[in-house]
Amino acid sequence: MARIEAEVGKPQGGFMKWIDDRFPFTATMEYHVTKYYAAKSFNWWYIFGVLAFVVLAIQLFTGIFLTMNYKPAATEAFASVEYIMRDVEWGWLIRYMHSTGASFFFIVVYLHMFRAMLYGSYKKPRELIWLIGMLIFFVLMAEGFAGYLLPWGQMSYWGAQVIISLFGAIPWVGDVLVETIRGDYSISDITLNRFFALHVILLPLALIGLVFVHIVALHEVGSNNPDGIDIKKHKDETGKPIDGVAFHPYHTTKDLVGIIVFLMIFSSVVFFAPDMGGYFLEHANFEPANLTATPEHIAPVWYYTPYYAILRAVPDKLWGFILFAMAVVLPVFLPWLDRCRVRSIRYRGWMYKTALSVFVVTFIVLGWLGLQPATGTYVLLARIFSVLYFAFFLLMPFYTAIDKTKPEPDRVIYHG
Amino acid sequence: MDKVTRLARLFVLALFLWSSHGIAAGGGGAHMESADIDPDNVASLQRGARNFMNYCSGCHSAQYVRYKTIGKHLELSEEQLIDNLMFNAEKTFETIQTAMPAADAARWYGTPPPDLSLMARAKGVDYVYNFLKGFYVSEESPTGVDNLALEGTSMPHVLWELQGYQQANFEYHENEDGSVTKSFAGFEQLTAGAMDAELYDEFVRDTVNFLAYISEPIRSDRRKLGVWVMMYLIFFFVLAVMLKKQIWKDVK
Amino acid sequence: MTEDDLDRNRRHFLTVATLVTGAAGLGAVAIPFISSLRPSARAQALGAPVEVPLGSIQPGEMVRVLWRGRLVFVLRRDETMLASLPDAVNELRDPDSEVVEQQPDYAANETRSVKPEYLIVEGSCTHLGCAPLEDFDVRPAEGWGGGFFCPCHGSKFDLAGRVYKGVPAPTNLRVPPHRFVRDDLILIGQDTGAV
Repeated sequence: MARIEAEVGKPQGGFMKWIDDRFPFTATMEYHVTKYYAAKSFNWWYIFGVLAFVVLAIQLFTGIFLTMNYKPAATEAFASVEYIMRDVEWGWLIRYMHSTGASFFFIVVYLHMFRAMLYGSYKKPRELIWLIGMLIFFVLMAEGFAGYLLPWGQMSYWGAQVIISLFGAIPWVGDVLVETIRGDYSISDITLNRFFALHVILLPLALIGLVFVHIVALHEVGSNNPDGIDIKKHKDETGKPIDGVAFHPYHTTKDLVGIIVFLMIFSSVVFFAPDMGGYFLEHANFEPANLTATPEHIAPVWYYTPYYAILRAVPDKLWGFILFAMAVVLPVFLPWLDRCRVRSIRYRGWMYKTALSVFVVTFIVLGWLGLQPATGTYVLLARIFSVLYFAFFLLMPFYTAIDKTKPEPDRVIYHG
Repeated sequence: MDKVTRLARLFVLALFLWSSHGIAAGGGGAHMESADIDPDNVASLQRGARNFMNYCSGCHSAQYVRYKTIGKHLELSEEQLIDNLMFNAEKTFETIQTAMPAADAARWYGTPPPDLSLMARAKGVDYVYNFLKGFYVSEESPTGVDNLALEGTSMPHVLWELQGYQQANFEYHENEDGSVTKSFAGFEQLTAGAMDAELYDEFVRDTVNFLAYISEPIRSDRRKLGVWVMMYLIFFFVLAVMLKKQIWKDVK
Repeated sequence: MTEDDLDRNRRHFLTVATLVTGAAGLGAVAIPFISSLRPSARAQALGAPVEVPLGSIQPGEMVRVLWRGRLVFVLRRDETMLASLPDAVNELRDPDSEVVEQQPDYAANETRSVKPEYLIVEGSCTHLGCAPLEDFDVRPAEGWGGGFFCPCHGSKFDLAGRVYKGVPAPTNLRVPPHRFVRDDLILIGQDTGAV
């Protein structure tokens, strides 16, 4: 337990005592905030968890206000978004914050996951945190997908058409499944209404619940650090880890800096480039859904494109689907695929460092390929990089086992 | 810092630089001139509004745009709106509707003239600019014209009186596999219009400017507000850094 | 002061400064969200004043119109109706329209109207908002001189929309802002000259 037994207690008099007699307020604050110790050596890779929480809050808050004016009916949805953009006071700001937040959610979450790969944060005893995190990732993908249908633009409609049809590839149950998801024989007003319910109620509730559980699990074992060592090995006379500092006020003040930097980047997009060149708000989506005309170039939103590239690389509908699903699910197994005794990349051998570098390039290139038409050299490239993607995971048990590691330090490296 | 962190930082920077170039909006392989509009030029926008109401609103609606909003951003009084822009509307809070009945339009042109509220955002400013400049004489077409930016368009050359008529020259190259590539080789003026090339160009540019404006009327305001927000955040950042350093001072 | 004291002061100052700046930012961010709850441009457009032509309304006849989603009665009172207005004054709660919220000043008169002939009044009982029914029959035996009767809880109003004593409704029927554009055309929802 990360809690310092001796210090958790109840305060003296007054209002707080009345509360604490009836609710573990002070105990919770101490356990999770003022007496939660995390390593003093966190670098900026450790900001992305907090940022994910901030983006979640932004999405929930702006989402509520959008829901007040949005109409989830096929005949009204597109117009209601323009109503928000033009007629509702400050509606444009709320809309841009939400659309920008959606993309930033994935940027932040991908970087958050990458931190885990850098420092072995998924390794024992943190496997469960990682599993819950992967669940959050799946729910987030569903949430983004459901949300994207809501503006009912050309890309909303046709993107959903393509992706939902994918599930038809599953043998035996495929067609029934697709019809059940859609609620109709093709994507329609019925689909839109239920995706609205998913996006606004079911999936956000799931996200909030999972994030809560994610943090509880983290606090149970304590945070990792860039050196991958256990700070609880060395404690002072009062039981505090000597390489740790209390979450408040140390990490709260440090995180505030990170949050403000994030808000600066976020705001510069919201106020100066909300379309982000067509990546955050796609051009085709400024046309209302036309059921008779498919846009020239259908691609999912940028944050799904790495997986989409893998899907298209396979010249078979069923196997494309299977490999696409595998690509999404494979990271779940990292805690067990990774055989290295050492957590942090700082003390791993050249094999893992190379593999991880290749993986980063692969993921980015696949993402870019997912945006291109599936023709010519692009197809060959997609296949090559798909192989590299799977190789990173499937060969991991081997190269991490034989990789030559460096001795881990006893204390964290901190330069102040 | 370790190599991976360095690489990752480079990637983020590259992503930022690259994304400003953006995805090409819409298709067309033909030559696309840059529209080069000035969104903050109110005089240009006013001319563009006049052009739109006089030449476009006969067939095209801009159903999400209220006259009142145009008046506010283009510095036009209610009287000026009513006298110059409002042909089939009485109140300034009304939206720009076209007088042409939709069902008839669909019959006459095969496809109803699309609403233009978001055209500039959907297809890009350059596309619209090239479209308005890209009509050329075509014998096969029922309207007598075709368009370089949108082949097979059912829109007639509404601005023919201003631009005159032009001819499009194409070059045909035979490839190794026997297929033929058609490439655009320039326009040739056939009959003169009321405006010379430069004047017509400005006319189109003003109109495109207005179309860009109506696709996002709040653009100018959001950028202005953005400056204030950034200033606040920079100030807040400095304070937060100072506070963080102060709190962490005793951590060894 | 020791260095420790200086540190503590600086720390305190920076904490307060940061918190105040953050609070100011949060307050500023709250403004757009709360403003978005205000009537939108569309609501304002739909809530625009309503024109009612009077030419086809006969004396003694009433028309109902909607303005901002609310029912408005336009009653053209005939001679008999107008003559009967002073009769029930003693039985009215507010015969002189002293409760100023219920009518603009140009309707704070005996007939509660700009022109005596036309009564323009909201069809919303001032008790709990039901739509009163017209009852213009004069029944001297019952002491009823004609007016409006609310079926929900029995409130009664006279032919100038004034509320009777002894009924649940507390005030006279509300007169909306309005003006005569021409003798035969009124504009409900606006009483200044602009369009």
